[in-house]
Amino acid sequence: MEVESPEHTRDFAEVDINNGAASGSEDEEEEVPAPGSVTLDRNESDLFVSALSPSSIGDIHPLQEVLTDDGDYFISIVVSDPQKIGDGMGSYLAYKVTTKTNIPKFKRSEFSTLRRFSDFLGIHDLLVGKYMRLGRIIPPAPSKNIIGSTKVKISPQQSEPGTPMTQEWVEIRRAALERFVHRTAQHPVLRVDLDFMNFLESDQELPRSVNTSALSGAGVIRLFNKVGETVNKITYKMDENDPWFDDKITEVESLDANLQKLHNAMKSLVTSRRELSLLTGLVAKSAAMLSTCEEHTGLSRALSNLADVEEKIELLRSEQANSDFFILAEFIKDYLGLFGAIKCIFHERVKAFQNWQYAQMQLSKRRENRGRFELANRADKLDQAQQEVDEWQGKVQRCQQQFDDISAEIKREMERFELTRVKDFKVNIIKYIEDQMAHQQQIVIYWEAFAPFAREIV
Amino acid sequence: MMDGTDDSNLLNSPSTNNGATMEIASPTNPLATPPATGGAPAPSGATNGSGSATSPDSSSSAPDTPAVLGENALHVEISDALSEKEKVKFTVHTRTTLPGFSKKDNNVVRQHEEFVWLHDRIEENDDYAGYIIPPCPPRPDFDASREKLQRLGEGEGNMTKEEFKKMKSELEAEYLATFKKTVAMHEVFLRRLASHPVFRVDQHLKVFLEYDQDLCAKPRKKMAIFGGFVKSLGKTTDEILLSATVRDVNDFFENELQFLTEYHGHLREAALRTEKMTQRHKDVGDSHQKISNALTQLSTTEKGNVETFVAKTAEIFERIKNLETRVASDQDLKLGDTLRYYQRDSDAAKALLIRRLRCLAAYEAANRNLEKARSKNKDVHAAETAQAEACEKFESMSACGKEELIGFRNRRVAAFKKSLVELSELEIKHAKTQYEYLRQSLLALKEIA
Repeated sequence: MEVESPEHTRDFAEVDINNGAASGSEDEEEEVPAPGSVTLDRNESDLFVSALSPSSIGDIHPLQEVLTDDGDYFISIVVSDPQKIGDGMGSYLAYKVTTKTNIPKFKRSEFSTLRRFSDFLGIHDLLVGKYMRLGRIIPPAPSKNIIGSTKVKISPQQSEPGTPMTQEWVEIRRAALERFVHRTAQHPVLRVDLDFMNFLESDQELPRSVNTSALSGAGVIRLFNKVGETVNKITYKMDENDPWFDDKITEVESLDANLQKLHNAMKSLVTSRRELSLLTGLVAKSAAMLSTCEEHTGLSRALSNLADVEEKIELLRSEQANSDFFILAEFIKDYLGLFGAIKCIFHERVKAFQNWQYAQMQLSKRRENRGRFELANRADKLDQAQQEVDEWQGKVQRCQQQFDDISAEIKREMERFELTRVKDFKVNIIKYIEDQMAHQQQIVIYWEAFAPFAREIV
Repeated sequence: MMDGTDDSNLLNSPSTNNGATMEIASPTNPLATPPATGGAPAPSGATNGSGSATSPDSSSSAPDTPAVLGENALHVEISDALSEKEKVKFTVHTRTTLPGFSKKDNNVVRQHEEFVWLHDRIEENDDYAGYIIPPCPPRPDFDASREKLQRLGEGEGNMTKEEFKKMKSELEAEYLATFKKTVAMHEVFLRRLASHPVFRVDQHLKVFLEYDQDLCAKPRKKMAIFGGFVKSLGKTTDEILLSATVRDVNDFFENELQFLTEYHGHLREAALRTEKMTQRHKDVGDSHQKISNALTQLSTTEKGNVETFVAKTAEIFERIKNLETRVASDQDLKLGDTLRYYQRDSDAAKALLIRRLRCLAAYEAANRNLEKARSKNKDVHAAETAQAEACEKFESMSACGKEELIGFRNRRVAAFKKSLVELSELEIKHAKTQYEYLRQSLLALKEIA
């Protein structure tokens, strides 16, 4: 490895930090019991915690194997009724999260709770913190909309609490949140994560997560970290020994690029269709004006009916724009996010590899040291050197184990992801076409109602 | 799969480049306007109003049949058109049994400027002050298509060969459609003149149809355009002044003027908005194409069954694009063109009313002069003749104008009826086609999935 380049020295600085966090199991223990303590009264979750906590990462796998069989299990989650809570700058939007499931780990089969936007971000961060390092694809959470949420804060509380919000972006966000939880719940491991279950089940308010605010210090730090990682991703090329990963990475990159193009095309469709709706409305108005001005009765009536038709078409166009947006564009956007998450786990694997390499390098250094001491016959130092060698040998083993685990996990995850992706794509396209069929049928009905008025002009 | 292109095949077949020769066999007439029938404003039809509503077929079928012409017939059509760099050359084919013509069957080549020349000659003729002058056809405008073609050339590098070919043939089709429309509008102008009882025997029209040389109608220079602008500005202030100072003696005309002014405004707005709407609708179509292209590319990175599925989806989007574009262009043709034509026609009708008002002002001035002459007892005879002439001119103009306005109304109602009926039929047809196509595609997709 070329240690000379400054980037790499930087990398190692970072690796060291990660190394401490990743290899030390203290971190693991810190995170898992926290939710456990909330739900201590539950037997099965205790079982789950005890199965998990003493273990290293490898022990999770059998658990997953059991749950992948999700043929009999179902879970469906609906996010609804966005409502403004509180007043002024402290106010926020909360959503009702309703879950239906037959997974025995949940206490009931149907329940709902109220969650605010930052809770969703919080649960996402928790899941990322716990599982990304292990190579799991965490569905990305929707991004913040500062302008929109500020508007909600500033807007006077004209609506009664509990009445649904009508702004467009609220609906967009609601749908995005629903897709996010839905996706998370489809994952056999994530859906029985204690934090996630708590998020769905608990009536209590969740502890405010501080890291989610876009403008907070943590947010800025996160941004820096991201930038650092991107640089790292660009500069670090690992010598791949598993061709599967090379192929997958190329595949993911090209899929991602193509989906990006597709998403742009879909966005332009949504924009054009929205504008078309608006302009159709204007034509309707013009037809109405012409109709009032027209002195010939028959023609005037036909024009007024034309205005009616165009008005209906205006609405229809906007519905079409909605299906363009929600069924196609947002769907593709979600997948772009998922590809981002996939790239992250690939990167995690690279980091694990780096850690392993670093540990190996350290180990050979210590061995050299030991050899030097042996030659010099310095028995006093030899002991300590031997200890260091042992220590690093252990680290190398752990790192290698970690690397092998994450590699295996990624393969499993990708297989699952591919299956869902293909299924999702098919379902959405079919749904979209069905929607468009309904719209065309409406158009036929509208114009058929109009036709007699045109024919009746004498 | 590509059955949707049945019409566009017709457009594609010449596969022409910019500036090359294009032939249009017989331009379809998008403007429903059947110019007042051969016998034109017969008093009975004029008062009745329903008389000419049934006539739409007469003009559309007549030119197509090279049958024997009746007496005093004049048939004009544009049999061919040639697009050269900056200008379009129309071949005007005339068949006639009118006595004044030297040949019964004649072809001349005319440019747009010569049409303008003819229009201006007729408009400035004082004898025609009482008639609605058929509106001048709009200047051929291929700038938009040309610009797009140029941009296509620039963007050639970032497109696949397939995409480029597709785009190119589309732009050519678009160019051809505009071209066809231009030809049709010029033909409508001539047909209306030829079917009008007075204009058909106009000397300038005869010259236009017979003279085989250039009518020295130079393309309008910038100054002339500027002059025209000043003129139109003068005309508007004139109109305002006239309507403010001259009190009309006849309610019919006063109402008509008011109506036409308002109507014209609404038509203009409606035409503009419809154009914007159809334009945006075409953009929707283009977005479908973009999606289709992106999907095609995506399908190359997929494997097996998914690849087929994505490829099929790409095909569906492309087909929807064709269908939506068709809807847009039919809306433009049926609704947009009718609105645009009547915007210009109503303007012409308004011009008639203004001329009449001016004539009325002259008549009133003659009256005042007569009174003055009588009180001074000087030149009474001359003033009396002048007054009588003015009176007669005004009276005949009013009578003629009334008929013309009724004719305008009948023409308008008939044209709107025709285009609205066709519009609704086409909308229904397209929506049904798309529904059926989607239904079948859905079955095909489900089979793949």
